[in-house]
Amino acid sequence: MNKLQLSSKYLSLIVTIFLFFLLFALGSLKFTGFFSLQNFLNLFIDNAYLIIMAIGTTFILIAGGIDISVGAVLSLTCMLSAYLLEMKHLNPFLVMALMLLMGAAFGLIQGALIHFFKMQPFIVTLAGMFFARGMTAVISIDTIDITDKTYELIANYRIPVFGGAFISISVVIAVIALLIAAYIAHFTKFGRTAYAIGGNEQSAVLMGLSVGRTKIGIYMLGGICSTLSGIVFSFYMRSGFTLHGLGMEMESIASAVIGGTLLTGGVGSVFGTLFGVLIQGTIQTLVMFQGTLSSWWTKIAVAILLCLFIVMQSLLTARRIRKKSQVLKSDISHT
Amino acid sequence: MSETSPILTMTGICKTFPGVRALSNVDFKLRAGEIHALMGENGAGKSTLIKVLTGVDKLDAGEILLDSRSILAKSPQHAQELGISTVYQEVNLCANLTVAENIFIGREPVRAGKIDWKEINKRAKKVLERLDIEIDVTQTLDTYSVAVQQMVAIARALDISSKVLILDEPTSSLDAHEVKKLFEVMRKLQSEGLGIIFVTHFLDQVYEISDRITVLRNGELVGEYETALLPKVQLVSKMIGKVLDDLSSFNKDKKTTEDARRETPYVSAKGVGHLGSINPFDLDIHKGEVLGLVGLLGSGRTETARVIFGIDKADCGEMHVQGNKTVIASAGDAMKHSMAFCPENRKTEGIISELSVRENIILALQAKRGVRKYIKRKEQEKIADDYIRLLNIKTSGKEQLIRNLSGGNQQKVILARWLVTQPDLLILDEPTRGIDVGTKAEIQKLIVRLADEGMAVMFISSELDELLRCCDRLAVIRDRNKIAELTGGELNEEVVMHTIAGGENNAGA
Repeated sequence: MNKLQLSSKYLSLIVTIFLFFLLFALGSLKFTGFFSLQNFLNLFIDNAYLIIMAIGTTFILIAGGIDISVGAVLSLTCMLSAYLLEMKHLNPFLVMALMLLMGAAFGLIQGALIHFFKMQPFIVTLAGMFFARGMTAVISIDTIDITDKTYELIANYRIPVFGGAFISISVVIAVIALLIAAYIAHFTKFGRTAYAIGGNEQSAVLMGLSVGRTKIGIYMLGGICSTLSGIVFSFYMRSGFTLHGLGMEMESIASAVIGGTLLTGGVGSVFGTLFGVLIQGTIQTLVMFQGTLSSWWTKIAVAILLCLFIVMQSLLTARRIRKKSQVLKSDISHT
Repeated sequence: MSETSPILTMTGICKTFPGVRALSNVDFKLRAGEIHALMGENGAGKSTLIKVLTGVDKLDAGEILLDSRSILAKSPQHAQELGISTVYQEVNLCANLTVAENIFIGREPVRAGKIDWKEINKRAKKVLERLDIEIDVTQTLDTYSVAVQQMVAIARALDISSKVLILDEPTSSLDAHEVKKLFEVMRKLQSEGLGIIFVTHFLDQVYEISDRITVLRNGELVGEYETALLPKVQLVSKMIGKVLDDLSSFNKDKKTTEDARRETPYVSAKGVGHLGSINPFDLDIHKGEVLGLVGLLGSGRTETARVIFGIDKADCGEMHVQGNKTVIASAGDAMKHSMAFCPENRKTEGIISELSVRENIILALQAKRGVRKYIKRKEQEKIADDYIRLLNIKTSGKEQLIRNLSGGNQQKVILARWLVTQPDLLILDEPTRGIDVGTKAEIQKLIVRLADEGMAVMFISSELDELLRCCDRLAVIRDRNKIAELTGGELNEEVVMHTIAGGENNAGA
């Protein structure tokens, strides 16, 4: 029985990984040229920003919160970077550092509002979303192109891997972020407290965990992730524009959920989220290879996937509860 | 029992909440290696005493000595650091984390900036072994039963500190087998010199496990007794106390009941029960009688009513309504069979405080008729006026918001709500709790009158006097079992108390 339970615990993650390979295999069979290392790496190159953003979202969801400001913060990061680089001619590395600082501050304020004033995370980050999107437009309504040499260099730099295939610097950043996040989640008190809060906040308080500090910290982490994601996105787009990252918060949440994170908190992992992002990326590539479908079909496929995953999660939860009550009943009948 | 020196002494503890004196001048003493039961009816002050001790609430006056040093816990954490741990009825752990992590979270061993999972799992296994529990500590907590979860909570408490352990209603969600296991653990800890405070409603368990009993009533100390020297029936009378009856007694007409008994009962439950809340029971309720459910709080009175009304679907036995076998799987089914249920907690389950008196009264009738059959405003107003007059509800008008009414009048509105539906069986759960004496008497009279008019009434109350005054028959519930039915001459305080205490009918009263 122990084995069974173990597999049900990881089933969601296993299904996600399986689905990714299934989709990739499907594309490989159907389209020539789909099955190549570069095409696989392109998933990372094209979605590095989403991986980073979804890491932050995963943490926030695990702690039982939600952050819908991340897309707008990404947009603000791109715009502000472009403005500071092009209009103020600041050092590009200083700009990046400033952006990360801004993300931390943004998260700090949102987290503090949520914790100290017991406000709904949805409402607070909704306000944050409007604020960031509004500030983006205040800086400039028109697109600002980034012509900075350093940004251009980073954007175009190819790190060769096996047999002529390559990755970008963004991918390296995303992978490092992923590893750090996984470490935080599993080997630090901060990470474990986040899981405890998501499992049962009341209990976490009674167990003497520093709930307030952790909650605020989680939103700061989310803020840093979205600005880092914004920096990576500005390498990718090399511009600031008010409509950058529109609706990206939802893609980010979708990635986490497909990757096995529960919206109710307490359960999830960043590796699951990575596969959540990759699945979305694969669907996008499939639609692209198909050629005739509109790119919006990606959304429809993701919608169907989301429904399937949420149904699967609730079935799994129901099964566990049922199994538990059976155990209870058999216990009683023994006595 | 040897008179060892106490490890915990509480003297002259006072605590007042707005409008309520929760504790006045209470003393409590706990010795090392002792299991000390804290007993009392609901509202007696047990929880408040525990909360004051563990720093959840601040005390107004009094002193707490732990190991003859004066302490004052500022928070549950602080209490824990001082050496006082509490395990609550509802397990306060995180079900999504592993067993091992639940024991150590917040105090994880860290090596080189990294949580040492191997060490955690190893130590968790050891801590649980001390409680004779062998489980896979790397599984998430929610894979285990409540009993195991509770053991994990105890393990966590013990690992943090081990002077005083408070178990607050630990057995209420456990079955007999699990209780036995818990008691084994308690005895083991006792022999290791731990002082255990055991809060419970279950009398048998107190006699099985505890060395001493402290009884509280209405926030006051009744006394501290050695369990072996206090007969059960005396304990019951000490807990319930002698409630002074300054109400004008009214005459109860007992003639109807004997006739009624011969007819088919309105509702008849045969072997009906619900796993985990009430064991299978038989119960008949006749038209024209008031059937009382008596028992200590938490014994399963409300649960009995909930099963009959279909809120908790019976998982065994059968129900008969007017002699016909029927399935009552939901409150809606019960309402179709003309039953009505006034729940115990009017604040959370009864009134809708933002609506007016009229709207609150009309609610159940509208529900019964269905949403599509709108009750005309004129009719609504007439019904509201009628019942406000009939039940003598004190309100400035039918459009007054119900939250502005006093507790007793709110209760009457809820009563009115169900009376409007003209039920054949009315279940009242603690209809007189927390309302003033005058209104209480009015409601009691109303109950008797309704039965006289041919309604079947099931009356649940914690006040024995009130039940004896109103009821034709009493069903006694103890530890989730219906153990007896009392009628006629048996309806007196002594018999009832003996029955509740159970088993010790001959012990001196």
